[in-house]
Amino acid sequence: MSRLPLQGLLVLEFSQYLSGPSAGLRLADLGARVIKVERPQGGDACRRLSIKDLWTDDSSLLFHTINRNKESYTADLKNPEDLVLVKKLIEKADVLTHNFRPGIMEKIGLGYPEVRKINPRIIYGAISGYGKEGPWKNRPGQDLLLQSMSGLAYTTGNAKDNPMPFGLAIADNLCGSQLVQGILSALIRRHKTGTGALIEISLLESLLDFQFELLTTYHSSGKLPKRSKVNNGHPLLHAPYGIYATADGHIAIAMVDIKQLAKAIGCNELMAYDQKVAFSLRDEIKSVLAKHLLTQPSSVWLQKMHARDLWAMEVLDWKRLTEQEAYSCLQMEQTITTSKGKSITTTRCPIRINGERLYSSKPAPQLGEHTEAINKELIKGK
Amino acid sequence: MKPLQDIIVVDFSQFLSGPSAGLRLADMGAQVIKVERTGVGDICRQLYVSNVMIEGESTIFHAINRNKQSYAADLKNEEELEKVKRLIAQADVLLHNFRPGVMERLGLDYETVKAINPQIIYAEVSGYGNEGPWKDLPGQDLLLQAVSGLTWLSSNRSDNPTPMGVAVVDILAGTHIAQGILAALYQRTITNEGSLVQVSMLESILDFQFEVLTCFYNDGRELPVRSEINNGHAYLSAPYGIYKTADGYLALAMGNIVQLATLLQCDALQQFTNTAEWFVKRDEIKTILAEHLLSRKTEDWLAVLEPADIWCAKVLDYDTLVQENGYQMLNMELKVKTSNGLSITTTRCPIRIDGELYTSDIGAPLLGEHNEQIELQFGLKTSNIEL
Repeated sequence: MSRLPLQGLLVLEFSQYLSGPSAGLRLADLGARVIKVERPQGGDACRRLSIKDLWTDDSSLLFHTINRNKESYTADLKNPEDLVLVKKLIEKADVLTHNFRPGIMEKIGLGYPEVRKINPRIIYGAISGYGKEGPWKNRPGQDLLLQSMSGLAYTTGNAKDNPMPFGLAIADNLCGSQLVQGILSALIRRHKTGTGALIEISLLESLLDFQFELLTTYHSSGKLPKRSKVNNGHPLLHAPYGIYATADGHIAIAMVDIKQLAKAIGCNELMAYDQKVAFSLRDEIKSVLAKHLLTQPSSVWLQKMHARDLWAMEVLDWKRLTEQEAYSCLQMEQTITTSKGKSITTTRCPIRINGERLYSSKPAPQLGEHTEAINKELIKGK
Repeated sequence: MKPLQDIIVVDFSQFLSGPSAGLRLADMGAQVIKVERTGVGDICRQLYVSNVMIEGESTIFHAINRNKQSYAADLKNEEELEKVKRLIAQADVLLHNFRPGVMERLGLDYETVKAINPQIIYAEVSGYGNEGPWKDLPGQDLLLQAVSGLTWLSSNRSDNPTPMGVAVVDILAGTHIAQGILAALYQRTITNEGSLVQVSMLESILDFQFEVLTCFYNDGRELPVRSEINNGHAYLSAPYGIYKTADGYLALAMGNIVQLATLLQCDALQQFTNTAEWFVKRDEIKTILAEHLLSRKTEDWLAVLEPADIWCAKVLDYDTLVQENGYQMLNMELKVKTSNGLSITTTRCPIRIDGELYTSDIGAPLLGEHNEQIELQFGLKTSNIEL
């Protein structure tokens, strides 16, 4: 790629863990230079947070995944001398992000009003858990807790199950994505007006936005969405929407006309129903279907449904997915060598620009790896 | 000034992935014009969910398409296609989510559009990309969840693979295409050149799994194992999950088991002093915890755990959530009005800019509602052509 879209932009990332850093990763992959400003003692707390006890060099593999393609600058923000240096960096930066609890950056002297005085053109992106006001503002902004408090836990699993979380950090991920949208919009405006912006977003607002279809339906009907009793796929959707066991695996069936489905899979019992009752009798219909689908292997059902253009796919795990040509032709994986010589394989940016996939071989930084170089280049060197 | 004021988006996309991106761009100030098929429109208008409808159209259409305009056109009619091309010539962004080949057949592929408007950002969302054996398959949310391995992460080990109960693939692909569009618009302010921006739902949902996929790639390609009970995250130790109490549910995120044992007065947990056991023996620990938490009410547990800074929360549904001050303070609800005077409550843009909430009250458009206005604004009328 000759020129990445965000080339020339300088981002200072005070964020930790996932929400803010996932935004930094996207900006980096799109061409920005992202410098993590980290505490000299330990740095981003994500360096010490591992999954499956996997480590790369001194930090967790998790940290390496989220923070590849960035630099690290250490500064003790409570030390006035370090703070002076950080403020010099802020003078040069286009974007700053943080995800501290409300009030922390203000205490340090790096709240938006102060930062704006140093650099009126800066885009200041702040992530919080629950907004900076109200009774929840000091609660921990942790993904599972946000899923639990936002109603999201009542969308997945079956009606009789406990409320069930998504098995991935959806709040962090969406909030990071939305921060990127806000930052980029503000950069576009800055080109016209010359002024910076304050972009604020909370994990809670992100998850409410995520549920906008469900919430709008809730506000119109006054009724709580209900998960179906069997094979729930989406609380608002009618039968057969869901995942079903077959004789040898599982298949997913999306929006499909009941009669057409009954014909395609030769299920007489299902012929008793039609589209008009596909929502009101969805549990009954799904139970009939679930029983019938157990009688043949997935490939037989898929062949019958695909022959009639009905929306169904096999359920794959990563092993089987990664063996598919449809997966390998995406070239989604990239291998990166860390500064200590260890190779790790991870995913690339999902966005293609001018037909090109975006890869970057730059690994996650060691703590403070670039402090000296950045001091020379950006602070003392001008 | 809203950040995307003066940006014109011509949006051919339907359903949710593309339109959710269009909604975000509209919220931030862009003029988003839905180009819809005469007489039918965005198929989402007819997608009835949950038997809840507004003006004979699905509620979700109204949620997704508020704050947009509608221009109805038959793209197979040469004269109308010509008008749409003149609209494109004046636009900043073109967005579509047709299957590969459809825009080519209509004569609106990137090369053609670029010739009409070299500065345009041409954005497309596909299901599986433009090549490979799956490229012509329907890019539908549940099906993408199914093939991407995502369904092995939620729910408990002995359950079926379980989809996430919101259209997560559509929404993520929408955020990614919006990011690409905005990055390209930013670049255009410097280079004056347009770009082609592409996202597939499959790449988007793989990106969502980047942490756990990276774990899989580097750990001998071992598949994730969900915990047998109260699974919250296949890769996390006990107590991570949601638990039933005497009167409701309690979520517990990462926490120290020994500390929890003391705070909750659960002696059976005291034996798990070795932190490695918190992962290896998580089912055993969670079983003890689940049994113990049943004995008291959620508020009682919170009263013990919150002062000790344990990461916990009560579990709310919409009925209880909307009564909470912490929810009401956000002013997340937005009333919009359609041109028929119908009022709908939905959610607002989650991004605050310069401390301001962006709350347009414009509802979703009727099909073709803005044809006249757009033909005037962009000079598309036959009489204007001759000028």
